[in-house]
Amino acid sequence: MAKRKRIGMEVALAAAEAVGMCNVDVAAVYPITPQSHIAEHLSDLVADGKTDTEYVTVESEHTSMSVCIGASATGARAYTATCAQGLMLMHELLPIASAMRCPIVMSVANRPVNAPLNILSDHSDIMPQRDSGWIVIFSENGQEVVDLTLMAYRIAEDKDVMLPVIICIDGFILTHMVEPMEFPDQKEIDKFLPDYKPYATLHPDKPLTMGAFAMPDFFPQMMKAKDMALLNSKKTIVKVWDEWEKKFGRRYRPVETYRTEGAEVILVTMGSMSETAELGVDELRDKGVSVGLVKIRLWRPFPSDELKAAVKGARILAVMDRAISPGTGGGPVFTDVKAVFYGEDSRPIIVNYVMGLGGIDVTVGDFVKMGEKAAKAKKEEYEFYGVMG
Amino acid sequence: MAEATWRDIFPGNVVLTPGSAKEYHTGGWRSLRPIWDNSKCIKCGICYVYCPEGCVSQDKDGYFMADLDYCKGCGICAQECWTGAIEMVEEG
Repeated sequence: MAKRKRIGMEVALAAAEAVGMCNVDVAAVYPITPQSHIAEHLSDLVADGKTDTEYVTVESEHTSMSVCIGASATGARAYTATCAQGLMLMHELLPIASAMRCPIVMSVANRPVNAPLNILSDHSDIMPQRDSGWIVIFSENGQEVVDLTLMAYRIAEDKDVMLPVIICIDGFILTHMVEPMEFPDQKEIDKFLPDYKPYATLHPDKPLTMGAFAMPDFFPQMMKAKDMALLNSKKTIVKVWDEWEKKFGRRYRPVETYRTEGAEVILVTMGSMSETAELGVDELRDKGVSVGLVKIRLWRPFPSDELKAAVKGARILAVMDRAISPGTGGGPVFTDVKAVFYGEDSRPIIVNYVMGLGGIDVTVGDFVKMGEKAAKAKKEEYEFYGVMG
Repeated sequence: MAEATWRDIFPGNVVLTPGSAKEYHTGGWRSLRPIWDNSKCIKCGICYVYCPEGCVSQDKDGYFMADLDYCKGCGICAQECWTGAIEMVEEG
């Protein structure tokens, strides 16, 4: 493997640089904090002629996704990015993109959803999109954003997948951080990511129908086909990540572990908090607490088997949610993790800490406190960590 | 096609044959059927103009009829007819 130069760059700009290397045909991006630097920098790359992309300056996120679906249907490689209210406005179109099997790639700069208005960081914007049929992948740092973005079209456009992909990048905590990272050469990416070969395209010379009407005799089959496609996509995702590891040396897994060997308590995290949690685990281990960390990278399709294997032998799981699922008594990751263990003969005690809402910092010390607290848990618990009263 | 399994469906529910919606007979949705009384018909064609399905046509004598494969029984033709020549009758 060639030794590459590491450069310092703001992660949002790096995300745009990575998109610029993917030979995207159509980008329709409406700026919204904290995604704006992606929209702006990609626009710069197009204006400077560094990428041959048609950049459509739309008037809303509903339109940006509509443009992407239309472009994708004609066989174009399409990209967009958004977050929070923009993602909520797009919501209506997300299940259409996945049902029409449009391999669009979208960066989401995770930000809280109103109200109250807050532009910082948490996962409450992506959670309402869980059931839209998209592949959803979380990143921890700038290098992962670059790598996962560069791999996204390979996964999305694979004939065994043909589904849109969201790359989650925690707002500000990641998007606005200047981090060291390395980029592959354009030639390597051109080889890794060949031109998109769609299975069907809208073209006046050969008319066909996409997104057709379906009555009850067809509709359930359609839903099953879509679900099977998403469940099956995991094989391809892992295959592409394996190929990346061989070529570029960095390894990605649906569920990743840190010091889980023999751990009695396992913290479960997602997104940028995972790196902070690693330091918390180090501190806890130094104190003699038997703690490990499991990081969920692939949120949809949910990696149930990988999660079971990763936490095998642990007595307590502490799930850290950066969002709530109101009315369920916990966060969305908590609910999914619990569901994985329902059918098991022996189940760990699963506790839930909802933390980091609205962009509040979650420090190494916080993970130490949560880890120590979880180690004493006798039964299932759910709390808003750090909320008084 | 009621017996189609999920595996039979082309990815994305793409329909490769253009104009195939014609094969789907929306007339099956109908609960009321338009019946023309040609003795009251003045052959003005307003039923033809207003039919949202475009399923009303004119015969060689100038009278009108609905293609029951596609008529959904909405009753707009009966509502608009000047002379009350169209009656909506329940499907039996």
